[in-house]
Amino acid sequence: MALVSMTVNGKPVSGEVEGRTLLVQFIRENLSLTGTHVGCDTSQCGACVIHMDGKAVKACTMLALQAEGSAITTIEGLAKGDDLHPVQKAFKENHGLQCGFCTPGMIMTAVDMIDRIPNLDEETVRAELEGNICRCTGYQNIVKSILDAAETTPA
Amino acid sequence: MYQFDYHRAQTVAEAAELLAANDENTLLAGGQTLIPTLKQRLAMPAKLIDIGNIADLNFIKAEGDAITIGAATKHADVAASPDVAKHLPALAHLAAHIGDPAVRNRGTIGGSLANNDPAADYPAAALGLDAKIHTNKRLIDADPYFTGMFETALEDDEIITEVTFPHPEKAAYVKFPNPASRYAMVGVFVAKTPIDIRVAVTGAGANGVFRVKEMEDALSSNWSPDAVTGIKVPEDDLLSDLHGAADYRSHLISVMAGRAVAATM
Ligand SMILES: Cc1cc2nc3c(=O)[nH]c(=O)nc-3n(C[C@H](O)[C@H](O)[C@H](O)COP(=O)(O)OP(=O)(O)OC[C@H]3O[C@@H](n4cnc5c(N)ncnc54)[C@H](O)[C@@H]3O)c2cc1C
Ligand code: FES
Ligand code: FES
Repeated sequence: MALVSMTVNGKPVSGEVEGRTLLVQFIRENLSLTGTHVGCDTSQCGACVIHMDGKAVKACTMLALQAEGSAITTIEGLAKGDDLHPVQKAFKENHGLQCGFCTPGMIMTAVDMIDRIPNLDEETVRAELEGNICRCTGYQNIVKSILDAAETTPA
Repeated sequence: MYQFDYHRAQTVAEAAELLAANDENTLLAGGQTLIPTLKQRLAMPAKLIDIGNIADLNFIKAEGDAITIGAATKHADVAASPDVAKHLPALAHLAAHIGDPAVRNRGTIGGSLANNDPAADYPAAALGLDAKIHTNKRLIDADPYFTGMFETALEDDEIITEVTFPHPEKAAYVKFPNPASRYAMVGVFVAKTPIDIRVAVTGAGANGVFRVKEMEDALSSNWSPDAVTGIKVPEDDLLSDLHGAADYRSHLISVMAGRAVAATM
């Protein structure tokens, strides 16, 4: 076992982990932040996407020890109290989710793409969602939600 | 996953020493191939030596008529580099179309070249541009570097440190991505460098990435899509799997090669 320390949603945290403990396990099991989901074991579904030092990464495809010293944001870190993040609000208003399993990863991916790419269009949104799989919505309203949020987010 | 130890290396020398110390020690870069492999229990390393944070392996340098990229440089950084965009837009395009944004934020050029997946993108650029692969021990030319599917000239305790790409006169990469994984079903890199003309194909070869001599010769006398679209790579040496049969891949090579040449004009 080894000690790992990082900042999660602005709070310093640490814990004992094995070499093989995945970052997503540390977040869900040690920190009890269960908003970050695990939808596959092949690194393909994106349900586990979080931000590490401002970049979208798959928390299931990293070891907890690789995140030593980093700043992590999970889906729980987006809302300010009862005030939803604009992307969360857009998903709610545009019916961007059905069962909601993929939603945390979709929203973390969406926040990253809106930050990174000015003037998003539908084609770009669909290409950027390559690593996020949704079994319910058919993506239509997810794309609509992201375009809506991109429009209302000040650049 | 089986149990293993984890060690974050600070220098290439430290990583090299640990790697040589035990046959069962393995390098970890972006982990976008190795961690899924560990999850499937297809590997059982004693210790993972993380080289992802070594500053000497994280850089992009444009010098003279070449670009050199540190082995631990992420796909997203290559895709976003102004130097790469200016001198080697084909490589920026290639990096921007590997997997998905989260994979590109972690996966590295060194990891991709060391792994030499038969459907990976970077091997096509390295072979197509006659890249020089620098290791902690020597310099390897692209042609002898790629020795077969998931096989390279690297020794067990050898670490890729950087990769040098010459500025081509013309170059383009076009891939037909697998609709599910985005890996190449067929990807063709064409380049005209001051020294020669090269056509490198990934995704299709039963022995990994390969060059198509007949297309290279045809392009030397006539740089146009028509020169290559009529040339068929024999099916015998091509992959046949659930994603596509060898005859389909052979057809795709001709079409992608034509599109790649067209993209340079
Ligand atoms: C969902 C998904 C989609 C993907 N799609 C694509 C795609 O479309 N195209 C594509 O090309 N790739 C794709 N990849 C693979 C991705 O590009 C990987 O990043 C890459 O193949 C390996 O790089 P890495 O840094 O993650 O290496 P790691 O997984 O850390 O290591 C891979 C292997 O290389 C060795 N290694 C790493 N660095 C070095 C070094 N410097 N010297 C010597 N050996 C080293 C390791 O020991 C290990 O054996 C995809 C991956 C995923 C998960
Ligand atoms: S759980 Fe991480 S990609 Fe599926
Ligand atoms: S809403 Fe059910 S998986 Fe996307």
